[in-house]
Amino acid sequence: MSDVNLLEVQDLSVEFATRRGLVRAVQRVNLSVARGETLAVVGESGSGKSVTSYAVMRILDRAGRIAEGAVSFSGIAMQQLDEAAMQDLRGREISMIFQNPRAALNPIRSVGQQIGDVLLRHGQAERGTARAKAIEALEQVRIARPAERYDAYPFELSGGMCQRVVIAIALACRPRLLIADEPTTGLDVTTQKAVMDLITELTRARGMSTLLITHDLGLAAAYCDRVVVMEKGRVVETAAASTIFRAPAHPYTRRLMRATPRPGAALSDLLPEPPATPPPAPPPPGEVLLEVAGLVKEYARAGAGGAMARLLGRGAGAAPFRAVDDIGFTVRRGESVGLVGESGCGKSTTSMMIMRLLDATAGSIRFEGRDIGATPAARFAHDPVRRRIQMVFQDPTDSLNPRLQAARAIADPILRMGTERGAALRARVEELAGLVGLPTELLDRFPHQLSGGQKARVGIARAIALNPELVILDEPTAALDVSVQAVVLNLLQDLKAKLGMSYLFVSHDLHVVRLLCDRVIVMRAGRIVEQGDTAAVLGAPAADYTRELLACLPQPPV
Amino acid sequence: MLRLTLSRLGTAVPSLVGVVIVTFLLTRVLPGDPATYFAGPVASKEAIAAIQHQLGLDQPLWVQFGRYVGDLAHGNLGTSLTTGQPVLTELANRLPASAELTLLSLLLAVAVAVPLGLAAALRQGSWVDHLCRVVTTAGVSLPVFFTGLLTVYVFYFVLGWAPAPLGRLDSFLSEPPRVTGFLLIDSLWAFDGATFRAALSQLVLPAVTLAVFALAPLARMTRAAMLAALASEFVRTARASGLTGRTVVLTYAFRNAMLPVLTTLGMVFSFLLGANVLVEKVFAWPGIGSYAVEALIASDFAPVQGFVLTMAVLYILLNLLIDLLYGLIDPRMKAAA
Amino acid sequence: MIPAARADGESVLPGPAVAAAPVERTRLFGHARYVLTQDPVTAASFTLFLLLLLAALIGPSVVPYEPLASDTAQALQPPNAAHWFGTDQLGRDILSRVVVAARLDMAIAVFSVALVFVLGGVAGVAAGFFGGWTDRIVGRLADTIMAFPLFVLALGIVAALGNSVTNIVLATAIVNFPLYARVARAEALVRRNAGYVQAARLTGNGELRVVLTTVLPNILPIMAVQMSLTMGYAILNAAGLSFVGLGVRPPTPEWGIMVAEGAATIMSGEWWVALFPGLALMLAVFCFNLLGDGLRDIVDPQRRT
Repeated sequence: MSDVNLLEVQDLSVEFATRRGLVRAVQRVNLSVARGETLAVVGESGSGKSVTSYAVMRILDRAGRIAEGAVSFSGIAMQQLDEAAMQDLRGREISMIFQNPRAALNPIRSVGQQIGDVLLRHGQAERGTARAKAIEALEQVRIARPAERYDAYPFELSGGMCQRVVIAIALACRPRLLIADEPTTGLDVTTQKAVMDLITELTRARGMSTLLITHDLGLAAAYCDRVVVMEKGRVVETAAASTIFRAPAHPYTRRLMRATPRPGAALSDLLPEPPATPPPAPPPPGEVLLEVAGLVKEYARAGAGGAMARLLGRGAGAAPFRAVDDIGFTVRRGESVGLVGESGCGKSTTSMMIMRLLDATAGSIRFEGRDIGATPAARFAHDPVRRRIQMVFQDPTDSLNPRLQAARAIADPILRMGTERGAALRARVEELAGLVGLPTELLDRFPHQLSGGQKARVGIARAIALNPELVILDEPTAALDVSVQAVVLNLLQDLKAKLGMSYLFVSHDLHVVRLLCDRVIVMRAGRIVEQGDTAAVLGAPAADYTRELLACLPQPPV
Repeated sequence: MLRLTLSRLGTAVPSLVGVVIVTFLLTRVLPGDPATYFAGPVASKEAIAAIQHQLGLDQPLWVQFGRYVGDLAHGNLGTSLTTGQPVLTELANRLPASAELTLLSLLLAVAVAVPLGLAAALRQGSWVDHLCRVVTTAGVSLPVFFTGLLTVYVFYFVLGWAPAPLGRLDSFLSEPPRVTGFLLIDSLWAFDGATFRAALSQLVLPAVTLAVFALAPLARMTRAAMLAALASEFVRTARASGLTGRTVVLTYAFRNAMLPVLTTLGMVFSFLLGANVLVEKVFAWPGIGSYAVEALIASDFAPVQGFVLTMAVLYILLNLLIDLLYGLIDPRMKAAA
Repeated sequence: MIPAARADGESVLPGPAVAAAPVERTRLFGHARYVLTQDPVTAASFTLFLLLLLAALIGPSVVPYEPLASDTAQALQPPNAAHWFGTDQLGRDILSRVVVAARLDMAIAVFSVALVFVLGGVAGVAAGFFGGWTDRIVGRLADTIMAFPLFVLALGIVAALGNSVTNIVLATAIVNFPLYARVARAEALVRRNAGYVQAARLTGNGELRVVLTTVLPNILPIMAVQMSLTMGYAILNAAGLSFVGLGVRPPTPEWGIMVAEGAATIMSGEWWVALFPGLALMLAVFCFNLLGDGLRDIVDPQRRT
């Protein structure tokens, strides 16, 4: 076979016309994908990895354009091709799949028809045979009962199934190159593995090349042959997967490697340089601070169907839905407990109930022996215990009032429940900013003027303002880049030691939980599947489900 | 589909109930004595008292309401003072005139607005886009009665192209035998070409006036919905799959964009039914709007009440139709039902 | 697709985070100024709005003629040097009447919009935020009103309650209630469980305080857009009602009545009697609509139409 690469990108630069002038999102990027190869393009937000692929497919936004450089596919210079030729190429030779599968499908067209549209367009089927071929495509992506599913609409399918349909559409015409832009972000870890395995199986079987764009190093390592690392629009390193993980050359790559949570690494190992003083050993956990017993949360089944079913007293339709089904656990002083599970397992609902933002249907929540579940959520704001249980939210942008400056946001709990005012208040706010590593000059900024990591710090400062005893952290680093995550996790650990707090860490990311938590609780479908010391549960899990979760984690080869 | 129809019918019932209650209350809040209004300005004390008793105004409110509903059920909307005829009969006679006008203008509006909005969305920044923006903003800002007067002035007085705005048909011609009440249809039915042309020429100006009014929100929504659809993720997938521009725009973007446009159609109907009243006054159109306005000036309240009730019922039925159409296009509605 | 302008320039040193590269310092006024300078149409509509306001406030004091002074000898004069807009059937100066009418029409618009903003806004926020029975009652009320074609309902209300400016204001407010309630409710629903609203509960704010400090300030911009658009509608509504003979009575100068008076003469060619008040109406409504669009661009750039 000739050694012409399937895809060759040379000196590609892409610029966007924005309000503040021309912005170069991608600068002189060089990369290539050989036949049958799987290449990963790895980078954090703003690295330009997605924009590069959009430029290759020529589906950039109206405001974007290729400023310079050349893209060639199988020897053909793509610059010369007009839009009609590009349309022939797309879907037939090069296909692309995106994040957020349900949004990627037409909501009012059946999935089978959408596959059929692509088949008909590229001459792979005729009107009469389109249905049969579409069903075949559904079969190949392992969708059960494909003939029935042909007529299904996207809203009737789960996220994982939608992604399979998207893959079916992309591979229907047997393209030679598949570009996958963060295809598993937002999916559960078990679904993630299933989807990636499917992609790998199908592409390898057909001798296809894949370009995988991701921020997840573990994923890149597990599934790709070569890796390209991008930072701020430039390629910083290109190497085989094995070399890049064992011996990264560029400082940025090394930083990314270090920052990725992996088994065998301690929390402080995630930082690019070891801390000046080694972190103090955590004190042994004290007496029981929080005790949850028999906790239940039921929701009535929504919709007219549910109401009718209840009226007629029908069986399954009438029974309310149990988001949390009789769970119990404890958190001791100074302890960090992880609450893990996939989406829909009830961990967020549980944390909402403990935070007293939501009322439980049954069960008790005892804080220092007193059942705080008895006070309804609407009135809890005035309870003296309120200041002792606080929360750090998942989305730093969403959790800050866009109309309040950072200093005012941090001061809010003190104004409502504390005593400092005036100069003393300002001093306290600055002290808190110092604790979380937020420069004081940023205190007068509004949320939209702060970066993701800075907003996260403001949220943390607000949560610890009144020295709470229990802090619930709901996926606090899920929305952050991996290097920022490393810093924030270390910060959280330091604060916990300094201020003697207990953490309930809710997350779906087992790697992070392994690093930060002393004990872990695994939830599934509203029930606790397993709980115990982190090392025990994650090292030698007793339950099958935990084993399955662990098996699905992409393992970076370090 | 049947379940969807039934559930939609179900939601229409409370609206109907609300409408009946409100129209009932409207008469009962008349300043002074409803009987005086119904008796007329020159009635004597005894006549007023007789009307009072006849209307049951000496009874408790809920009894009155019961009588009102009973009357409605029998098709009794009262009697007009000025003409002496039952309100229901007069409304039924005059409804086709209004309906013909409204439907024609709606057809015109949709025929212009949807392609305009579509073209504007596809060619952002071009002259079509700017034209669309001007049309929508102007159409929404122009008072419909003013547009009517302007068109009369320009096309009748200055240019002489249009006939005098004196109703549905030139007084020299007679109406064709009544089949539907729609002059255009009836004259075609009777193979009467001359009457058809005459009726059409009378219809043009008022229909165009109303159409301009309805055009604006429809074009605006079509453009906005198309832009949103074209920027959506599923259109990105369609493009990335190499589907032709035509398929992407029509089958993928347009069909999805039609959903909010259909919803806007309901709102446009509400405006049209109201604007009807104004246009009928300008063009001396013998529809139910001018009927109500004439009655209003003469302090004859029963026709006004009947008019409000009829319009509301029509509107509820139209919305029902739109809901059903929506359900046909959007499978998510069928599932929710 | 467009890269984040706020690149995460986080230092990864364990000490205090180094401030990121200067981030967009756009604040509300800066953005407003940008929109006004970029979009001449919005700037023009803002100027027009100021002119209208001026006419409403000081108009009656500076007009050349008494708006009610009739002079039958001068009846139906086309626009000339003495009467820039001509005179009507009773010899009254149309220019003066048009300017003076601005006050009445603007007043009606302002009062009805203010009324419906308070009623609809409060009802909508309560319905969206607290849900339950509040939501059901507000919903029923809005649905009942929405079951009528709105102008027809306004007609019915003014007919029932009597011909007065107060009743026009009331009718306009009632008829627009569902729209405001709906917008306010939708915004409150979106924000009800937003992170910062939850956070406000955590910091010890009771439910009422949460609504006042987090929800209301954040929905005001969108409500402001709605208010500007409704001003235009209110003026049209009042004019329409006056055109059919409801509401304001002659000889009070009001744009709608003036167009109605002009309707009689336009067939015989005296176009100026109806044209100038009609143009005034159009300009006023146009101005408010454009202003609303411009406000929308300032407040919520993603929702441009």
